[in-house]
Amino acid sequence: MHELSMCASIYEIVDRTAAGRPVTVIHLVVGELRQVVPDTLTYCWSMVSDQTALAGSQLVVHSVPVTLRCLDCSSTTTLTDELLLLCTQCNGANVSVTTGAEEFMLQSLELAEA
Amino acid sequence: MGKFHKHQDGTEHEHHDDEHDDQVGAGDRHGDFGDLSGYQTGPERVVVLERIFGENDRLAAANRSTLDAAGVTAINMMSSPGAGKTAILRRTLASLVDTTRVAIIEGDIETSLDAQRLAGFGAQIALLNTANGFGGECHLDAPMIASALPRLHLATVDLLFIENVGNLVCPAEFDVGAHHRVMVYSITEGEEKPLKYPVMFRSVELVLVNKLDLLPHLDFDLPLFLRNLANVNPTATVLQVSARSAEGLDLWYNWLAEIGQRTERAATISPKLPANPSH
Repeated sequence: MHELSMCASIYEIVDRTAAGRPVTVIHLVVGELRQVVPDTLTYCWSMVSDQTALAGSQLVVHSVPVTLRCLDCSSTTTLTDELLLLCTQCNGANVSVTTGAEEFMLQSLELAEA
Repeated sequence: MGKFHKHQDGTEHEHHDDEHDDQVGAGDRHGDFGDLSGYQTGPERVVVLERIFGENDRLAAANRSTLDAAGVTAINMMSSPGAGKTAILRRTLASLVDTTRVAIIEGDIETSLDAQRLAGFGAQIALLNTANGFGGECHLDAPMIASALPRLHLATVDLLFIENVGNLVCPAEFDVGAHHRVMVYSITEGEEKPLKYPVMFRSVELVLVNKLDLLPHLDFDLPLFLRNLANVNPTATVLQVSARSAEGLDLWYNWLAEIGQRTERAATISPKLPANPSH
């Protein structure tokens, strides 16, 4: 349940950035290796934002798939279902993760139309 | 992207540099974050692009600076519940008692049972019951460590163990400000764990494979586990140990001595008091 503390951090950023303006949607960019469960995150958000100025706002999670670059054969692998960090071309484990590992960013806010 | 920015809200933009660490959107920052062209119509959008763990990571860096200034090497120890972190720490404290001044930050959701198990070896212990945190946390984060550090007398500490909450998911996500990340894995957990929890296994530089004394009694396929581990983390140092029999722990103590020496060489601090010889 690290989603709960993630939501606390998200709240802090949204609250500061919105500065009192009404927020309807919060867009997040999350690498798939961050182990965030989107449903848990949105559930936690409803708890964290409840009875605050941000109550009713929605989190939208944009997942970034994990892509690997093989350091042996230079081919690129995009992981689909399993997080098995192997090159699909040569089956080697000597890979670097190019996307999907670190991204955990508050991308943008949508504000209610005045 | 400038036209969508709302600078009047005081948003800081230091996070932009962090994106390059992610190797995403280095050239065109928006390129990998979806098509933002629709932002021109409909409801007003505020582009934020702020790292959600930015505050945690800033505090983690501050913790590391505090530790560096005091010449302390800190190790974040992680594992699933019951893998043997506390048992290994007990052995370690007993072994280092005459040579190294040790402190422990002990993270537990409830109780001080682990802290009691570690008492009596001359180490300073700061207990963090994470149940008091936001919702009963399943991990330690940088603010918690920042709150615990003032309770330790760092000037008389060489080595700080941060015993994280037993969990293979959440602790991997939070930088607490330690210099080294180590995990304890026990062979009763099954061979497939590195594949199921690749983020945790990838995040550490050393894996202590514990409970090796049980190997004759289990169907555990050690070579398969080692292959799985190498698949997710080919560079990790792997030490096979038993906290119960103390088998293999000398290698762990050697590793600790080695990282301690590295810190000493790097440090430019005044010499410390000797370890307490009464223990």
